[in-house]
Amino acid sequence: MTLRVDNLTLARGGVPVLTGVSLTVEPGQALILRGPNGAGKTTLLRTITGLQPPLSGQITGAEDQIAYAGHADGLKAMLSVRENLMFWAQVFGRTDITAALDAYALHPLADRLAGTLSAGQKRRLGLARLLVTGRPIWILDEPTVSLDKDAVAQFAAAVRAHLGQGGSALMATHIDLGLEADVLDLTPFRAHASARAGASDEAFL
Amino acid sequence: MIALLIRDLRLALRAGGGFGLGLAFFLIVTVLVPFSVGPQPELLGRIAAGVLWLGALLACLLSLDRLLALDYEDGTLDLLVTAPLPLEAVVSIKALAHWLTTGLPLVLAAPVLAVLLNLPPQGFAPLVISLALGTPALSVIGTFGAALTVGIKRGGLLLSLLVLPLYVPTLIFGAEAARRGAMGMQHDTYLIMLAGITFATIALMPFASAAVLRMGLR
Repeated sequence: MTLRVDNLTLARGGVPVLTGVSLTVEPGQALILRGPNGAGKTTLLRTITGLQPPLSGQITGAEDQIAYAGHADGLKAMLSVRENLMFWAQVFGRTDITAALDAYALHPLADRLAGTLSAGQKRRLGLARLLVTGRPIWILDEPTVSLDKDAVAQFAAAVRAHLGQGGSALMATHIDLGLEADVLDLTPFRAHASARAGASDEAFL
Repeated sequence: MIALLIRDLRLALRAGGGFGLGLAFFLIVTVLVPFSVGPQPELLGRIAAGVLWLGALLACLLSLDRLLALDYEDGTLDLLVTAPLPLEAVVSIKALAHWLTTGLPLVLAAPVLAVLLNLPPQGFAPLVISLALGTPALSVIGTFGAALTVGIKRGGLLLSLLVLPLYVPTLIFGAEAARRGAMGMQHDTYLIMLAGITFATIALMPFASAAVLRMGLR
């Protein structure tokens, strides 16, 4: 499934941050978004995921194809690692979590409560969640935050395996993962402060 | 959907999940009433149905602010939006889990606490039936309130102010059915009206909750 984004204009808090963004992600392809802090990477990823509407433009091929991993991992502290993963697998209509536990070496932690994990271990669990969804398009927002070198390698291997199976990935990251990925710099798409089109009624709220 | 329900029930029962808080609150409020109105059995018997209904309603309110806020804070809600479940189903399941962990225990505890308040014997069945019919509406309306305040830090008080007026019809018909039952009067009409309100909220509220939730997540 090809993800296609045409001429997207995005706002955050009523202020346009990006205009005219177009990109395509083919099966087997990884696309990395670059840009300074505040460039709109997260806003773009959240919009493509469908968490917020764009001001204008088209997104095709995203419906029910996306597994999203944002800044928060969506873990419950009082559930074990296995229960957390199992829950997400069942939500996506699947039952097998072994492959996900393998990919991020989570077997020794499987029966620990997620609340007792370290930040890096939580992140690994959050990334393992992508594997149990079975969705072809991964949208990743700073996936390597708080990961150590080994875990980054596990993550890169998981992405590579996912691409090999015809999946695709769109991610915002600042570090080099050693993937054969295309890079899109968002700086040229930054909206001018005067472009207040559709800045709507947020001022009243 | 069943996975979400089981997860919510499991979380409620584990440490810090808040199961039993509403029940304990209900117990304490009911015990405090005789202290505040004085030891007059006939007076207590007359106000018992209304007091129990008000206590149950406030106990329901107590656990609403964590219904969606916890899932919002840890990012679960964002991920559920991208899941194959429609958001309407998510909020319905959340309301059901809330009722099972808060509303249902209140219904079961009410006849025991009614003894403390000297409720006349013929009033027990109407009380339990009216609570069983009315508390699901409290959970569903409460979920709507929780969805409205989901992005707001410390939104608990605002949530109460938004939700309490919406509880008025349920309280009027529920408490009136229980009161008339306790007096030995005809109360079927009130029960039917109460059931109507509950079914209408169950049918319509999830759409409103899901709509405001989508806006809150932006």
